[in-house]
Amino acid sequence: MTGAYLTARKLSVGYDGAPLIEGIELEIQKGEVVTLIGPNGSGKSTILKTIARQLKALGGSVYVGGDDLHRLSAGALASRMAVVLTERMRPELLTCRDIVSTGRYPYTGRLGILSDADEAKVDAAMAAVRVTDIARRSYDAISDGQRQRVLLARALCQEPEIIVLDEPTSFLDIRHKLELLSLLRGMARREGIAVVLSLHEIDLAQRVSDRIVCVTGEREVVCGTPEAVFSGDTIARLYGIERDAFDPAFGGVELPRVEGAPRVLVLSSGGAGIPVYRRLQREGVPFAAGILPENDVDCHLARRLAAEVIAVEPFAPFPDAAVARAFELVEACERVIDAGVLIGQTNRRVAEVLEAAKRAGKYERVESGEWRVECGVWSVECGVRRMRN
Amino acid sequence: MGEKGQDRRARYRLVYALLAAALLGAALLNVGVGSVSIPVGRIVGILLGRVDDPTQAGILWKIRLPRALMAALLGGGLSLSGFLLQTFFGNPIVGPFVLGISSGAKLTVALAMIFLLKALGGASSWALIGAAFAGALLATGLILLLSGRLKHMAALLVAGIMVGYICSACTDFAVTFADDADIVNLHGWSQGSFSGMSWENAGVAAALIALAGIAAFMLSKPIAAYQQGEAYAQSVGVNVRAFRVALILLSSVLSATVTAFAGPISFVGVAVPHLVKRALNTSKPLVVIPAVFLGGAVFCMGCDLIARTAFAPTELNISTVTSAFGAPVVIVMLLRQRRGTGA
Repeated sequence: MTGAYLTARKLSVGYDGAPLIEGIELEIQKGEVVTLIGPNGSGKSTILKTIARQLKALGGSVYVGGDDLHRLSAGALASRMAVVLTERMRPELLTCRDIVSTGRYPYTGRLGILSDADEAKVDAAMAAVRVTDIARRSYDAISDGQRQRVLLARALCQEPEIIVLDEPTSFLDIRHKLELLSLLRGMARREGIAVVLSLHEIDLAQRVSDRIVCVTGEREVVCGTPEAVFSGDTIARLYGIERDAFDPAFGGVELPRVEGAPRVLVLSSGGAGIPVYRRLQREGVPFAAGILPENDVDCHLARRLAAEVIAVEPFAPFPDAAVARAFELVEACERVIDAGVLIGQTNRRVAEVLEAAKRAGKYERVESGEWRVECGVWSVECGVRRMRN
Repeated sequence: MGEKGQDRRARYRLVYALLAAALLGAALLNVGVGSVSIPVGRIVGILLGRVDDPTQAGILWKIRLPRALMAALLGGGLSLSGFLLQTFFGNPIVGPFVLGISSGAKLTVALAMIFLLKALGGASSWALIGAAFAGALLATGLILLLSGRLKHMAALLVAGIMVGYICSACTDFAVTFADDADIVNLHGWSQGSFSGMSWENAGVAAALIALAGIAAFMLSKPIAAYQQGEAYAQSVGVNVRAFRVALILLSSVLSATVTAFAGPISFVGVAVPHLVKRALNTSKPLVVIPAVFLGGAVFCMGCDLIARTAFAPTELNISTVTSAFGAPVVIVMLLRQRRGTGA
């Protein structure tokens, strides 16, 4: 393939001459975000360090901007590639702006004094990652999220063609993770910078990356678009988890379902059942979910969490068998939770099931709309307690 | 941003002005105060060549001026050596004395004195400096071996103290089997002192320290990058291996020169850089390096003045005085460090 800014061919990486992963083929285009995912210790950092020439390649070759990585001078590489590493910087008495300024190193003179143009670039880089307001603060005195942004500004004002980031979201809370990744995404798109990073959060990797590289500890690297990587069982194999644990549609992982005879029947539609499922899952109560058309989002999740799902063909009247099974479950279960079923033309027979539950004295109504008013958050706890009161 | 830059620059100017004033004051005191007191007006007169009193002129030119100059030069060199070592190890508590580098230089200088005196009847400044340099490098090498990749502050200090003890033990061993005259000579020197400095000494020291000082200043740019850690320095284009070698060589030349002339002097290399960085409120090498040199000069001239005059006519060891002022600074640093980083 042509046009790749960074290319690795038959690359072997590892420490002290012992290869950890061999035969890595990698191509990273400008303007592209490529994410390395994989379990701890699989070699993500090792690959990134080798690409950044912090570690010597044990075999194969890496080309950056068409030149052999190991033939590039230190200065030439520095003006093409910037890094954000996991190792923690502990500078003494330096402001955030001082830290960012060192990114200009490849461009300044013998003594490293910044010209007005350099100063302007430092300001621009700090503005781009929104750390202008903390420029004068000591680097020791800012939060982890701010530090990562300062380091990113430092990398930016190095004016690189490619930025390598090793687990940039570690130590960050969810808000700062999102901010950092959307900054990277925007940088890649607007400035045409190639971005290669490693992430632990596969859900975020799926959203931010143009391409994903799966690194397993078993000398194997799989590369593909998120769509390809997140379909099938690639993720499950990569991390050695249950096949169904990762949900590519939700981009999240689920704990294994509670097995056993259903003790609760949840009736819902259009996402109303989700908080109820999670609550029951947490409490370790096996439950059944119904009667759900295959294309309902509740059905999607219920297949992962519920001990039994009564699923029916979408846009068609409910078949008798499904309704009959629902009646059986009303009999068998201790409780029937109505999480808010919208009743229309095709599913109007759910009303019969609800009636049966009321007659049996097992009916509980959980009003999702009320929870939000009551608690300000989408919480089942308040709703269920409210119903019992 | 510009506003901030001006704040900072005003602070730098103030600190430099204070240091320059202190340097001038210390120089005048060092030259003027003593068993024979020489007033400021007379000092200026003698320096300008008006000799009213030949005794005073003799004391000034032959004893006090070279001594004050050496105290300034060696103090500056020692502080700078400390700053370079702190950069190298990424650790503000290290210095040539704490790491045992001064003791290493002391050992080889002692050996050189004993054997060269026996063989040649005397040892030149250059021979002693050469010996001290070899000793300093040896001790640094030992530290690097012992500390390995440990970046932990305590481990490094322990390694340094060990190296210091080993070198002192070897020195004692050598002294035990040396002739009487050498021992007396060695004993005075091995405690550290600026007494008995000649213009020849001062010339040699000035040349070496000026060269090493300028070289260190020219390294300001990679030092600034290296302060962020090895990997980040490499990522902006620093040739880390060559840079590390340069740092070790420079700091060894500086501490070796000091040790060859004045013996091991404690705590200056840690305390002065720390105080100067605090005063400037930055660790930017471009600003800090000259100030560290000035600060070291002032500090050592002040300490020498006290060593010479506090219990006159008995003279204290210079290390006795530098420890009295430097050690508390280091202790405060250690306490702060623990609270600050927890590392």
